[in-house]
Amino acid sequence: MFTTLHLAIIAPFFIAIVVPILYKYFPRTHTGWFVLFVPILLFLYFLRFIPETSNGNTYHAVFDWIPSLGIQFTAYVDGLGLLFALLITGIGSLVVLYSIYYLSKEQEALNRFYVFLLMFMGAMLGVVLSDNLLVLYVFWEVTSISSFLLISYWYERDKSRYGAMKSLLITVVGGFAMLVGFILLYQMTGTFSIQTMIQSVDDFTEHALFLPTMLCILLGAFTKSAQFPFHIWLPDAMEAPTPVSAYLHSATMVKAGIYLVARLSPIFAISGEWLWLVAGFGITTLFWGSFNAVRQTDLKGILAFSTVSQLGMILSMLGVGALALHFDGIDNNVYIGATAAALFHLMNHATFKGSLFMMVGIVDHETGTRDIRRLGGLMTIMPITFTIAVIGSFSMAGLPPFNGFLSKEMFFTAMVDVASFQQFNMDTFGVLFPVVAWVASVFTFIYSMMLVFKTFGGKLQLGQLEKKPHEAPFGMLLSPIILISLVIVFGFFPNILAYTVIEPAMASILPSLLRNGEHFLVDIYFWHGWTVELFMTMGVVLIGTVLYLTLRKWKSIYSLFPKHLSFNHLYDTTITRGESLSAKVTGMYMTGSVKHYLIYILTFFSIFLLYVLFSTDAFALNTDHLAPISMYEWLLAIVLALSAIAIMFAKNRLATLIILGVSGYSVALFFVTLRAPDLALTQLVIETVSVVMFLLGFYHLPEIAENFKKARFQVKNFIISFLVGFTVTVIGISASSTRLFESIADFFPKASYDEAGGNNMVNVILVDFRGFDTLFEILVLTIASIGIFVVIKLRLNEKEER
Amino acid sequence: MKLNDIVIQTTTKFVLFIILAFSIFIFFNGHHHPGGGFIGGLMTSAAITLLLLAFDFETVKRILPIDFKILTASGMLIATLTGMGGLVFGGPFLSHTFGYVHLPFFGEVELATALLFDLGVYFVVVGSALTIIEMIGGDQ
Repeated sequence: MFTTLHLAIIAPFFIAIVVPILYKYFPRTHTGWFVLFVPILLFLYFLRFIPETSNGNTYHAVFDWIPSLGIQFTAYVDGLGLLFALLITGIGSLVVLYSIYYLSKEQEALNRFYVFLLMFMGAMLGVVLSDNLLVLYVFWEVTSISSFLLISYWYERDKSRYGAMKSLLITVVGGFAMLVGFILLYQMTGTFSIQTMIQSVDDFTEHALFLPTMLCILLGAFTKSAQFPFHIWLPDAMEAPTPVSAYLHSATMVKAGIYLVARLSPIFAISGEWLWLVAGFGITTLFWGSFNAVRQTDLKGILAFSTVSQLGMILSMLGVGALALHFDGIDNNVYIGATAAALFHLMNHATFKGSLFMMVGIVDHETGTRDIRRLGGLMTIMPITFTIAVIGSFSMAGLPPFNGFLSKEMFFTAMVDVASFQQFNMDTFGVLFPVVAWVASVFTFIYSMMLVFKTFGGKLQLGQLEKKPHEAPFGMLLSPIILISLVIVFGFFPNILAYTVIEPAMASILPSLLRNGEHFLVDIYFWHGWTVELFMTMGVVLIGTVLYLTLRKWKSIYSLFPKHLSFNHLYDTTITRGESLSAKVTGMYMTGSVKHYLIYILTFFSIFLLYVLFSTDAFALNTDHLAPISMYEWLLAIVLALSAIAIMFAKNRLATLIILGVSGYSVALFFVTLRAPDLALTQLVIETVSVVMFLLGFYHLPEIAENFKKARFQVKNFIISFLVGFTVTVIGISASSTRLFESIADFFPKASYDEAGGNNMVNVILVDFRGFDTLFEILVLTIASIGIFVVIKLRLNEKEER
Repeated sequence: MKLNDIVIQTTTKFVLFIILAFSIFIFFNGHHHPGGGFIGGLMTSAAITLLLLAFDFETVKRILPIDFKILTASGMLIATLTGMGGLVFGGPFLSHTFGYVHLPFFGEVELATALLFDLGVYFVVVGSALTIIEMIGGDQ
């Protein structure tokens, strides 16, 4: 059944249809105001699920989407899905509000922007609230496509197009791998429903396909969540307008991969490979992202690498959280803390990173640059923005009393605990985790400080800025202020999240640990005593400050990495090599000559069909049931054959056309004698219209060349044309001589009157019984006419430009 | 393509209406007798093509100020919406229904949703055929 929940998921798509109309007819109102109510309403709607999910209940509604294929659009709300749904709609509301002030209604094509944004919102809700893997996949790809469209929003810039292409290629390649993984899962379990799979998980953990499936799905998750080495698309995606970067490329879309890992944890997390892959790639990404963020000079570049690194951090915590499955129950199970930390940090990251992106957007908007070498001294000019930057960055660096400190402590706890785990070689290699985590945190501290002090500290360089800077308008500040207040609120009262959102979400990730009626207990607080974690944080601050102050002295280590070994270089060469290779291969057979194409098509057609015909022994000649041939039919056949032969000897186009007409009309007459008036009528009119089209087309062609008129007999052409004629004839004879099925001659006349109320069964078949065929046929017609229109119109425009 | 032929122009003025009327007749006739949206549409395009041949593109544009691309699109829309009509009543996509009503002057008449779908087909055929002819012919 189609429920309100389904409607809520696809509502953004419906509103997206209306946006261009609103944009056109209310040009004086910023279109964003109309769009704003969508995420707000949805946010309120999803809030109502909190009491349900925090009691451990789930809600699901099934809508038969493609019943014939068994694909159901199952909307499934549990703790995890709800957490993401709230994130998507909540941050979505703030981002739309922010965009109203960020994008000017006079200069930007707002209709496109909000259509893509709503498309994304709906798709993202679909990803996190679908239980059916195939539906999830469809929504997943829609998020990739809308992200592509939003990155290329300013498509006249080369870099935007490059970034958009890169993100699409990488995420879609991963998406395909993920689809393969989903299909393999189906092979193993016989269902596409995630919840059903989780219930039968014990049956297939030993399956031979288990590991390949896991690898395929993780590839999809890692590319989407910009994990090392696929992270290279995210920095280039920063060409998108800042509201988009804040929304898609830090708060929501890039977390789809994390969602997938969390969602499928109950299925895969028991295996050691999962643990190593998720935690390993996560921690590598954490380090590599933070390390590279320090070398960036563009504020958005810093934030992009920072996002990469924070995503890695969340993922590594999710990976470590899987260790909890190797213990019974939730009592004294230290590793469930890692999962709680992952979810908590997911929320925290959305708040502080969202506000930081908006802060950077404001700086960019008010000064005209994002280059930290040109910025500085904005502290007194933009005090509110400065405050936002300080709180956001300090939270990101893991300093008290903000929420980032809490989740950072929990992260350290998780990493320290890993080393004491006794399986999967953790006791030997596990010690790497806390070390890498600590080093990465130092770099995180450094770039967080850069973000604040390179922008707002130091001297103001007015000559370097494009505009005279001043504080942003209130509306633009509103969204980051709300987010930054959340940073503080979550910092002081983290448990309002713990009870409402985090505990139910954990129940979705680690369901097997809970006995009946039990639920997770998460209690987050500041002071744990003089623990290892606290000393680690103090070390981060101390070493981080020293390294920040001496940044100039050691920055040269970044030039140690040869450029041609970077992943970006690898990507670029793959693309250019791939393009030139496929151009070469295609150039070998796509010669541009119609004659060659005809040769390929006809040769394949006749050889393939003849082979099938004779290998299956399908040739038959049976003249028993045929009616006697009448005089008319003899006459028509002779005319038809003669006209076909005569075409070859026609010396100019008009004559060819007339003879062609003769054969066409005699076919029509054939239909008349065979009492098929519909076909006869159609053939007659088509013949007429196509003669006119040929005439018009010929008008543009040059005279037939002299050497063409004297074309010599060519054996190759003769063989091909003979083969085609032979194939068609043989197949025609066999088709009429074989009766594999009962005749439909009795069924259709009766069915068309009884079931469709029509006497003309040809028409009834066209519009009713085979309506889908007709629908697609007219679609083809439409596409063809638009294609011809575009081709000719483009040529005309080119002429005019010259 | 400029033809200046008084005979064809005069004939066209008469014949055009006969063909158009016949094409519309054939379109409505389709449910029970030979005809339908496809043939009707083709015949209408043939009629308008005749007009194009007898006169020139500017004249036809003046007396028929229709954007054929929009005609194609609206045909597509009608056909799809008719198909979706089935969904509203809980049937699968593209399911049709029919009924008999009594109309003044026409008497007992059968009305079928298939005819609406056929109207979409009609529009698409006319629209796309004439878009193509207009583009090829109008491109000097």
